[in-house]
Amino acid sequence: MTEKFDAIVVGAGMAGNAAALTMAKRGLKVLQIERGEYPGAKNVQGAILYADAVEKLVPGFRDDAPLERHLVEQRFWMMDDTSHTGLHYRSEDFNEEKPNRYTIIRSQFDRWLSRQVQEAGGLVLCETTVTELLTDGRGRVIGVRTDRRDGDVLADVVILAEGVNGLLGSRAGLRERPAPENVALAVKEMHFLPRETIEARFNLKGEEGVVIEAAGTISRGMTGMGFLYTNRESISIGIGCLVSDMARAGHAPYALLEAFKRHPSVAPLLEGSEVKEYAGHLIPEGGYRAIPKLYGDGWLVAGDAAQLNNAIHREGSNLALTSGQIAGETVAELYARRAAPTARALAAYEARLNDSFVMKDLKKYKDMPALLHAGSQNYFLTYPQLVSKAMQNFVRVDGVPKIEKERRTLRSVLAARSLGGLLGDAVRMARAWR
Amino acid sequence: MHVVVCIKQVPDSAQIRVHPVTNTIMRQGVPTIINPYDLYAVEEALRLRDRHGGTVTVLTMGPPMAEESLRKALTFGADRAVLLTDRFFAGSDTLATSYALASAITAIGERFEPVDIVFTGKQTIDGDTAQVGPGIAKRLGLAQLTYVSRVAALDLAGGTIEVDRRAEGGVQALRTRLPCLVTMLEGTNEIRRGSLPDALRAARAEIAVWSAKDAGIADVTKCGLRGSPTVVKRVFAPTPRAEKATLVDPAGAGAADALIAAMFAARPRLEAELATLVRGY
Repeated sequence: MTEKFDAIVVGAGMAGNAAALTMAKRGLKVLQIERGEYPGAKNVQGAILYADAVEKLVPGFRDDAPLERHLVEQRFWMMDDTSHTGLHYRSEDFNEEKPNRYTIIRSQFDRWLSRQVQEAGGLVLCETTVTELLTDGRGRVIGVRTDRRDGDVLADVVILAEGVNGLLGSRAGLRERPAPENVALAVKEMHFLPRETIEARFNLKGEEGVVIEAAGTISRGMTGMGFLYTNRESISIGIGCLVSDMARAGHAPYALLEAFKRHPSVAPLLEGSEVKEYAGHLIPEGGYRAIPKLYGDGWLVAGDAAQLNNAIHREGSNLALTSGQIAGETVAELYARRAAPTARALAAYEARLNDSFVMKDLKKYKDMPALLHAGSQNYFLTYPQLVSKAMQNFVRVDGVPKIEKERRTLRSVLAARSLGGLLGDAVRMARAWR
Repeated sequence: MHVVVCIKQVPDSAQIRVHPVTNTIMRQGVPTIINPYDLYAVEEALRLRDRHGGTVTVLTMGPPMAEESLRKALTFGADRAVLLTDRFFAGSDTLATSYALASAITAIGERFEPVDIVFTGKQTIDGDTAQVGPGIAKRLGLAQLTYVSRVAALDLAGGTIEVDRRAEGGVQALRTRLPCLVTMLEGTNEIRRGSLPDALRAARAEIAVWSAKDAGIADVTKCGLRGSPTVVKRVFAPTPRAEKATLVDPAGAGAADALIAAMFAARPRLEAELATLVRGY
């Protein structure tokens, strides 16, 4: 006999775990289906965890969640081929009792979060792939089909937290597959180093950690960024660029990462390390305008599958956790009222998302993805090179009078980007940021 | 019919690393798997059950985390799982392990139903001794069928089993009386993918956790480190052997002679032995 659950969650990443945990805690009979060997086995992220979103889900998570380092320092690097111009922010305030951001290793963290789901009574099924959504005659989602024998299972509502590709939703015709200009392909490596080495290299003590976000010639004029995060005994380093840019320019992701690692500003940080892991992942970058339909009769979509990612602030896991939690709460409230999860009833999910930081932030930056994409040559190639040149002009002492140096800098900027171009970029950027 | 399959959770040897300085095995962070040879035992047991009816009980001895491997076996379709875990078992060698498992199998037979066949893999990939299966058979007085590639026939009413066993230079067809112990050879079958109902049942299953006492072990001095005469003298990583290869031009005249001359030069005894052999004919 085909078994029936109150809710099925597809996927055990941040969004799926948040949704499953929220519903299981409220007494729903929840089945969560994950294709990986264990929750987290296939999940790839930088990865930075934002405490606020986790705290709301699992108060006191810091006591036993596997966390790597809490971040006390943020570095933004604007890079050309031989140099970087940096903005560093480091604050003792981040050495607080309840730190704000952590580096994590997803395979460990997701396993822990899934244990919370199981302890709350959720049933988690791994190594099982959902192949399609089951619908009744009128298009209402009533369950899922898996790749196992006798693999159908029913539910009142299905939460799709299947990740960025959204294969299931696309296959069911609920949405389009993400467009190449709206997703970035990121690759990363885990470099192992003794913890003392990491702490000495990055000026850290104890559990402190550093984030480096880098943009510039490393992306060869494509819209993209590099990153370097310190874990306890390893460094995560990676780079991601828009898929459409990569396809057009013909750059291989691994070649970009190799060049980033060889950059004179980066190489000494990695020296002597041992690479233990290589991973690739798509990241939703389309922002507000790329968000697909979020709900329908008997279904909701959350996290990366809903393209909820703030590319400007490099936030994703918190949007996934919060959207998953809101999805879970929406379903749990309908369940408590014994109301059917119709599209009309589930519209509450979108309304609540709109009221949260998730949609407010994405709305704020709704024009940024298109702007960065259209102007990628300027923002990621021309400006970083100009800034480098200006900085070098400023600090190099070579007998040239300062007034002449400043003139040279100004001339090089105007030659690369006319006055009109400069003003236009400034205005466009200000508008999109507003 | 009641079949007990003994499985072991082992570190995935493909992902083990040796510490570059201390030369010790780095266990931390190495994923665990069911000993690959045991999967052939599980599948063979499930096939017998599908054909003849009855139940399959999987048994493992290990730390509490070994429960994962049992749950996986339940996902494949096993009916029952028993985890034998106790601090008394820590540091067991093959002698102590076979003692503990044999005791547990006896207890399983008493508590549930009499055991007809015990299956194990031919060996584990971490110890590679192939001693535990035979050790259990000896202790329980079971007919011992090692390196089995196929269960050819099973007659439950008559209490007999026929198997193919790989032997040096051929295959032995053996018939013996039940109950017996079978150790399965690799490559003999392919582990099935459990159905969704099996997977759901496995995810929900309460796995029986037995202490030494639960397994009916009265004398814990036969368990764990105390019951293990094996002493590890040293752990080391073998240095890779780099033997120089010589290229013999295959087109040139006398290539075969050159090849043989080179082989005899490297292995002088081989030449003498071959010469003796040739004279014998």
